[in-house]
Parts: sequence; structure tokens; C-alpha cells
Amino acid sequence: MIGLGHYLSVAAVLFAIGMAGIFVNRKNVIIILMSIELMLLAVNINLVAFSQFLGDLVGQVFAFMVLTVAAAEAAVGLAILVAFFRNRGDIAVDDANLMKN
Amino acid sequence: MSLTLSETLFWVIPELMLAIGGMALLIAGVFLGDKSARMISTASIGLLLAALLVVVALNGGPAEDLFGGAFRIDAFSSFMKMLIFGAAALAILMSDKYLVGEQLGRFEYPVLIVLAAFGMALMASANDLIALYMGVEAQSLALYILAAFNRDSRRSTEAGVKYFVLGALSSCLLLYGASLVYGFTGATQFNAIAAAVGDEANVGVVIGLVFLISGLAFKVSAAPFHMWTPDVYEGAPTPVTAFFAAAPKLAAMALFARALITPFSEIADDWRPIIAVLAVASMAVGAFSAIVQSNIKRLMAYSSIGHMGFALIGLAAGTERGVGSVLIYMTIYAIMTVGAFACILLMRRRGGMTEAIEDLAGLTKTSPGLALILTILLFSLAGVPPTIGFFGKLFVFQAAVEADLVWLAIVGAILSVVSAYYYLRIIWLMWFNEPAPPFEREVGSRLGLTALASAALVFPALLVLMGPLIAAARAAASSLF
Repeated sequence: MIGLGHYLSVAAVLFAIGMAGIFVNRKNVIIILMSIELMLLAVNINLVAFSQFLGDLVGQVFAFMVLTVAAAEAAVGLAILVAFFRNRGDIAVDDANLMKN
Repeated sequence: MSLTLSETLFWVIPELMLAIGGMALLIAGVFLGDKSARMISTASIGLLLAALLVVVALNGGPAEDLFGGAFRIDAFSSFMKMLIFGAAALAILMSDKYLVGEQLGRFEYPVLIVLAAFGMALMASANDLIALYMGVEAQSLALYILAAFNRDSRRSTEAGVKYFVLGALSSCLLLYGASLVYGFTGATQFNAIAAAVGDEANVGVVIGLVFLISGLAFKVSAAPFHMWTPDVYEGAPTPVTAFFAAAPKLAAMALFARALITPFSEIADDWRPIIAVLAVASMAVGAFSAIVQSNIKRLMAYSSIGHMGFALIGLAAGTERGVGSVLIYMTIYAIMTVGAFACILLMRRRGGMTEAIEDLAGLTKTSPGLALILTILLFSLAGVPPTIGFFGKLFVFQAAVEADLVWLAIVGAILSVVSAYYYLRIIWLMWFNEPAPPFEREVGSRLGLTALASAALVFPALLVLMGPLIAAARAAASSLF
């Protein structure tokens, strides 16, 4: 029998992978966008699992809100990334270091 | 008692004005083209001020719970909205000349600020985890674009990318926390969460709360979640930085206070140490990292991190007095910051803006008026007694002592002395060093008047007006409890 704990574990693992993807990755900003998406989806798994086990619909409403906002966020993020790319000709994370102490 | 639809919409007129007005201005801008930029920024200022007046008019009644308790209009939200709308209107007012000078006079700029102000109004009123998230995102999406507004500059787009990545990460942390709090309490509405939590939190709620606090700490740029702030402040166009330093900080602090006090005040002992650690770390980072800076915008970034630390002391107290002192502190902080950025925007020489602190050397000889204004503002930022900045810190420390956090007040006092060093260094530079080449004179300009007005508020005027401010902040804070 698959219980709430299993869903929460999957979500926690996905969330951790997403977070690691942001901090470990040094090559490409697109991968960071994908990692952010992964983290948001981990949250959605959490919300839907809780919603199911609590017998309460609010969690699913919340998950839809998150999906919608994630789409808007990806649009804005990619737009900024395009502007960034046009100025520099690449999107490597390591080279985003114009400003330092 | 539930309200009918029209009664509900009556209470959210300010938000509706900003949302509908912002989109109408966007359409107008698209049809009229960039030559309409000036007209649209005037209309945006008008819209924000009109919304501010409506907030004032609606203020004063008992608290209203709207949309099933997801949205709450009370003295606290009204207080914050007035500050936010005022700061946003000033940000548009201050940016005109800079944007035209840098060939950035596009109509999207004021529209984005209006839409961001809409998100901030949602944040100030959010009384539900879903509303909280929607407010944060409505604000952040507009702010990401503003940071990258100078899309032909490498610095500005880099600031945009950094702000976007770390902002999105913080939203994820916030959401993960929200999902855990929802799962372990079965509610997203703050009052329902409070009822479910009781006075003994289970471990799931506490873990969720920790994630929630980390996400919110990103938004107020409290250390150790501050690393985006200096880069974004330095890279973004200066008027955008001026906006970032004031209005979003107010909104995020309002959200922080409501999201901790309303649902979790019964388990304050669980989160008080976290907030205290955030406060100490922010004050320390603000005080020590600012010393080595040579760019004034970067210095202001560290200064704002430090100030957030002081404001968090009041929140750590978690009492009505504490929240009241946070509101007073944030008001004073907003006034000082707007004034300081007006001065920074006046650092213009032939051939463009300068941002180096050395360019302020000998300012008393080249433009004595600006030097005097900046000196008053810097004394206030440092918290030197006759100015208003001192009283902001005093109230926060007082609240901490009353809540048995004497150690926190002592650490705060010590770190405020450390941070005074770099403000005083700039004052020393302005008064006693050999003059650098003079800035362009802008007597009677909007920026000059803004700087003058905020300096006048900081030094003599607010000392007289302190009574009404304290009364308003106390009333606002008591509506949370």
C-alpha cells in the first residue's frame, strides 16, 4: 500500500534534486530554469498528496495556481534570458560575474 | 457574516484600480507608442496617488475579511498600502530624467511599477497561503523585468537573471513550506491554521514554517539569504534600485509580520530564535560588508540588509509593541532610502551618471546644498541621535527588551555603532577631502525637491510628527493581534 509518506518522500527527493541542480550546475542557465520547474512540481506533488489524504480540495486548487504561475514565471525568465544572451553571446553561469565586491 | 459580491469589491477598490488601470495604461501605451511615455508615467503617478487616497478613505473601520478570509483589510494593511503606494509613486517621479537620459524612456516602466504595486497590495492584505503566494509572484514577476529594464546593458540583464533565479528559488522554498503547513494543519487560511496549530506545534508544521521563513527572508533580503541584493542593486538602473530599496521591502516585511503573527503567534517560541538569528546575521553582514564597498549603490544594498536586520529585531519580539516598532522602523527606513537615492540620482556629471563613493569627495565645496541634505540623511541612516533614524532603532530595541530579548538589543546596539562607521566615512569624505569634479547643477528639480523633503522629514519635521506616526503604527499593529 502506498501511503502519504511515499508521496512526501518522492516530493522531497525531487525538491532536493532541483535545489542541487541550481547550486551544482555551472554551465547553463537553462538548466537552472529546469531545476526551478522541478522544484515547483515537487511542491505540487506535496499539495495534491495532502489534498487527497486530507479529503480537502483546497490543496488541488493551490496546485493549479502554482501551475499557472509557473508558466508565467517561465515566460518572464526566458525573456530575461534572451536579453542576457543577446548582450553576451552565451548563457554560462560561471561568466555571470560582472559585479563583485 | 459573508459579504455580497459588490460589497466585497467595494473594499478592494484600490487593488482593482491598480490592476485595471495598469492594464489600461499598457494598452494605451501600445497604441500610442514610446512618445507617450511621459503621459503614461504621469497617469501612473495619478493612479497610484488616487489608490492611496481611496485606501485612506476606506481606512478606519473595523477589519474586513474578504473572499472567504483570504484577503483582509485592516488598519495594518491600510498602513502598509499607504506607504507602498506613496513609495511607488515617488519612484516613478524620480526616474523620469534618468530614463530619458539613458534612452530608456519607454512606457512599460511606469506600468510595471503599477503592476508591482498591485502585487504588493495583495501581499499586505494576504491572509491565506494561496493569496500570499499569488501576491508575492504578482510583485516579483514585475520586479524581475524592471531589474533587466536596460536590456542593452550587460550589467542590467545580469542583474535580471540573478534576481530571477534567486527570486524563483525563494518562491519555491516558500511554496514548499506552505505545502507542508497546509498538509499538517489542513488549512491555508491563516486564522484556520492558528486554530489547527493550537499552542503545541507538531514537527511537520515547524519544518514547514522554517521553509516559509527562509522564503520570506529572501524577499526582505535578510542574511544569510541576502546574496542577490548587492548584485541586483548595483546592476539594475539606479531609479529601479531606488524603487527596490523601498516599496518591495515594505511589502515583504508586512507579509512577513502577518504570516508569522496571525497563524503562528501561539508557537512564537518556536520561531523567535530563527528570526533573532536572521536579525543578528543581517545586521552583521550589513555592518561589516559595507565597509569595503566603493560603489554607492552596492553600499546602499548592504545598508538595506543591515536595516532589515534591525526591523527583524522588532518582529523577533513578536509582541504588539514589537510589530508596532517594525512599522515605525520601516516607515522611517523608506523615507531615508528614498531621500538617499534621490541624492544618488543627482550624482550626474557631463557624460553620465557616476556611482563611485570617491566622487562625493569635497561635495560641500562644489554643491553645499546637496552635501548638507546627504549629510542629514546619512546621519539618520547611521542612527545618530537628533535624527529620526535614532528613534526607529530606539523603539525596536525597546520592544526587544520588553520581550526579554535583552541580548538581541545589546548586539543590535553594538552593530549599529559598527555600521555608523561607513556612513560617517562618506560624511568625512564630503566635508574634509579635496573636491572631486563638480556635479551638474539641478536647482529646484524634482529630485532635488524629493531629497530636500525627505531630509526635512528626517531631521526636524518627523520629530514633531512622531506622535501621530507612533499612534498610527500602534493601531495598525494591534489589528494583527
